[in-house]
Amino acid sequence: MTLTEFIFGRLTWAAIPIHEPILIGTFAAVAVMGVVLLGSMTYFRMWGPFWKNWVVSIDHKKIGIMYMVLGIVMLLRGFADALMMRLQQTMAFDGGEGYLNAHHYDQIFTAHGVIMIFFVAMPFVTGLMNFIMPLQIGARDVAFPFLNNFSFWMTVGGAVLTMLSLFIGEFAQTGWLAFPPLSGIGASPSTGVDYYIWGLQVAGVGTTLSGINLLVTIVKMRAPGMTMTKMPIFCWTALCTNILIVASFPILTAVLVLLTLDRYVGTNFFTADLGGNPMMYVNLIWIWGHPEVYILILPLFGVFSEVVSTFSGKRLFGYTSMIYATVVITILSYLVWLHHFFTMGSGASVNSFFGITTMIISIPTGAKIFNWLFTMYKGRIRFELPMYWVIAFMITFTVGGMTGVLLAVPPADFVLHNSLFLVAHFHNVIIGGVVFGVFAGINYWFPKAFGFKLNEFWGKVSFWGWVLGYWFTFTPLYVMGLMGVTRRMRAFDDPSLAPWMYCAMFGVTLVAIGIAAFLIQIGVSILQRDKLRDLTGDPWNGRTLEWATSSPPPSYNFAFTPVVYDIDTWHDMKQKKYERPAEGYKPIHMPRSTEAGVILAGLATICGFALIWYMWWLAALSFVALIAYAIFHTYNRDRDFYITAEEVAETEAARTKLLASQV
Amino acid sequence: MAHHAHTHAHDDHHGAEHDHGSLKSYITGFVLSVILTVIPFWLVMGEVLENRTATILLVALFAAIQVIVHVVYFLHVTPHAEEGWTLTSTIFTLVVVVIMIAGSVWVMYNMNANMMPNHEMGGNLGAVVPEGQGSGEPENPR
Amino acid sequence: MSTVTLPKDGAFHLTEEPHHPEGASTLLGFYIYLMSDCLIFSVLFATYAVLGGAYAAGPGPKELFDLDLIAVNTAMLLFSSITYGFAMLAMQRHNSKQVIGWLLVTAVFGACFLAIELYEFHHLIHEGAGPQRSAFLSAFFLLVGTHGLHVTFGMLWLFTLVFQVRKFGLTAAMQRRLSCLSLFWHFLDVIWIGVFSFVYLVRMV
Repeated sequence: MTLTEFIFGRLTWAAIPIHEPILIGTFAAVAVMGVVLLGSMTYFRMWGPFWKNWVVSIDHKKIGIMYMVLGIVMLLRGFADALMMRLQQTMAFDGGEGYLNAHHYDQIFTAHGVIMIFFVAMPFVTGLMNFIMPLQIGARDVAFPFLNNFSFWMTVGGAVLTMLSLFIGEFAQTGWLAFPPLSGIGASPSTGVDYYIWGLQVAGVGTTLSGINLLVTIVKMRAPGMTMTKMPIFCWTALCTNILIVASFPILTAVLVLLTLDRYVGTNFFTADLGGNPMMYVNLIWIWGHPEVYILILPLFGVFSEVVSTFSGKRLFGYTSMIYATVVITILSYLVWLHHFFTMGSGASVNSFFGITTMIISIPTGAKIFNWLFTMYKGRIRFELPMYWVIAFMITFTVGGMTGVLLAVPPADFVLHNSLFLVAHFHNVIIGGVVFGVFAGINYWFPKAFGFKLNEFWGKVSFWGWVLGYWFTFTPLYVMGLMGVTRRMRAFDDPSLAPWMYCAMFGVTLVAIGIAAFLIQIGVSILQRDKLRDLTGDPWNGRTLEWATSSPPPSYNFAFTPVVYDIDTWHDMKQKKYERPAEGYKPIHMPRSTEAGVILAGLATICGFALIWYMWWLAALSFVALIAYAIFHTYNRDRDFYITAEEVAETEAARTKLLASQV
Repeated sequence: MAHHAHTHAHDDHHGAEHDHGSLKSYITGFVLSVILTVIPFWLVMGEVLENRTATILLVALFAAIQVIVHVVYFLHVTPHAEEGWTLTSTIFTLVVVVIMIAGSVWVMYNMNANMMPNHEMGGNLGAVVPEGQGSGEPENPR
Repeated sequence: MSTVTLPKDGAFHLTEEPHHPEGASTLLGFYIYLMSDCLIFSVLFATYAVLGGAYAAGPGPKELFDLDLIAVNTAMLLFSSITYGFAMLAMQRHNSKQVIGWLLVTAVFGACFLAIELYEFHHLIHEGAGPQRSAFLSAFFLLVGTHGLHVTFGMLWLFTLVFQVRKFGLTAAMQRRLSCLSLFWHFLDVIWIGVFSFVYLVRMV
């Protein structure tokens, strides 16, 4: 071993993809944007405030916003991958090779799946829960504020590792779940799968810890009077989501450890020889994978519930049945995993069992749809932007659910497995459910986070772009899937498929317009913020506690701890003509910001990078540093402070003045 | 009968919410554990029983009892600790653990039996008999 | 449900800032973490259950395992559990010297456990039965090794707490940390019940 090999492991100049013009172009664009961003931050002297107010902040609201920003940034990357795939598939017909070689194309479809699930959907979901849930239960922060900051930066660390693979080395070419033996060291000797493994492991630690954190917050920190059955439905779905996170992400961690050992140490868990069994990986990873899809969708069911109830001006129909449905889905989600591999050959008894459990799960989900419909029934519905998304969700998601029941029939699955029909199905539920829900949530709670509403025109453009775009893109995929076209294909022999592909390309262009309109919507809204300003803190005539405080909420959320008597607390308060207290403020005990989270996460990311490239000395060093710093941090006893009563009085007096100016 | 609705509700109970156990509970737990450990070791090392299945089932039974003993006497999980949340999470975890282990064994054993009918995979997969083994058409090994 | 703190007049807020006991959520949070750790172990148990028979024409349990050794090891861990319990009882009496004493006794048993485990691993690898030999051995080494790693981490934590108890005394924060490690330590003993029963004993019948 030479000294360079010792220092850099297997990282050489060959790992920098200078022969790939697409990547060089991307790199140039990223570099230019990065320089502009960093330069302007330096110019406007934003580094200090950025560090102090955001990076080291342990305020759940700021962390929630940072999660949302991470989700949006990664959405752009993931969507760029989608555009490239669609373009490739419109070009590669009848001997045409398109513009992407197999090596590149395989990385793109893998990265698209990984990024969209782990670094778009998960941050969105966690961000919404982080921002909204403590406000809804009347808490000042989450149970473990420092851990919250650490979890966020671990998620960022995972995203950074995934993004690094663009410019240093390569990403996995295995599909988003990296099934062995393809992901074994024999078939994938390069760094792709290692980027995948360590990116997910670093982010996975963050996700698990954030799950524990939010779970304990809901259990321990509800306002006085808020019994479990007086909790807003979004908090219920957040509770079940976090239970699922805590009880399923460890499974992913463990499975990836087994794969890692196969790759790094030469064990034989999933190898094809010496007794290993690749199908065991498929089995185990789907025990995580199916709860994962409910982790993604459940919080959005909560969002839809809140939005429907607010904009129908009615209490949510069937609150209790909604809770039961959510809990039943939580438990059933552990009993259906085999429907992802009916074709593996477990036989009739096993397949029937999992087919039936899968069909059963559509019952509580269906009950939810009816609850939302009955909430709207005879309500005074206001068609504001969030409500648009809910309507689109109910139509789109129901179709996706029905194709899901189709796939749950094992004989049908033998025909449809791994076809474009499946691809269309899960995009139908993830875009129709998760993405629409996230946009409903963003449009609904943006005024709470920033104090002004989002622009309605661009919001509608974004809405129609996404909804029509979804249908134009994935309806052809359903059709082609039924005709037997398999997924993850780079080129096609049959030229008769071309019109369908063109239709899908048209659809994805509409989605691109939807995304662009969303970014414009945010930009325009910032410019028009004075016009869109909401001073009341309750722009939608909301029903739950988060609307009781100012927009944006003060760092302590509520000057006095609220007391809860009813499910729709804020509605109850308004009915009973609740007067904000104007005096008698007490000092408020708050946790102090700390840089420990970002430092620990940084060390973990470095350790991951070193392991990917076999830089053993750096891996060992950063790991030891990680442990040492964690121990060092336990000696830090300066962890909290008091917001003085005068400061609270000042903040609240300012709000009183603003509210008075409104009347 | 929940004693405390929330942590807010009892500022006078500082630290009392979590039971640290007493000398009696630790000694009880320890003695029970020793007994429950010695018996299965004795059963296996002394080859006490003729019947292999019975020995395995007994070892599993003693393990299950000892897990409960530890959880109660050492981890102090009771219906009252933390308003029952530790007990709830323990039960939920056990359900998931059972689903995962039993499910994996069931699924993988059936797959092995169906996909490699003439190949003895052997092992400690217990007494699950796959139906359809060796009968009818072999399924398409795709 | 408790109505102790709800205002009698139906007011929508508390006039006094409620007192949050410092770290009131820590033990529940840590317990839930242990449950998630339990699921990591259950993946390893599931893997051992499925792949445990795949010897790949290599050695099986009856040629490799030495139950005498495992019995001694089990005793070490069980003793360490009860001595940690004594440390917790000393903590309740606010006797920091005794706490440190019992922690160190626990550490001795923990070290013996690790030493015996390392000896066993070394012996197996020396006989050509390393983790690469077969899927059975991969699953065995990973399950038992992961438990051993947890014990190692617990020892590191234990020594950190010994130093911190000496430095800070038995403050509320230190009591919380000792309680967390107590949960961790006893949890590892629970996992070990599964290991000695299903990894060793059942396979030797």
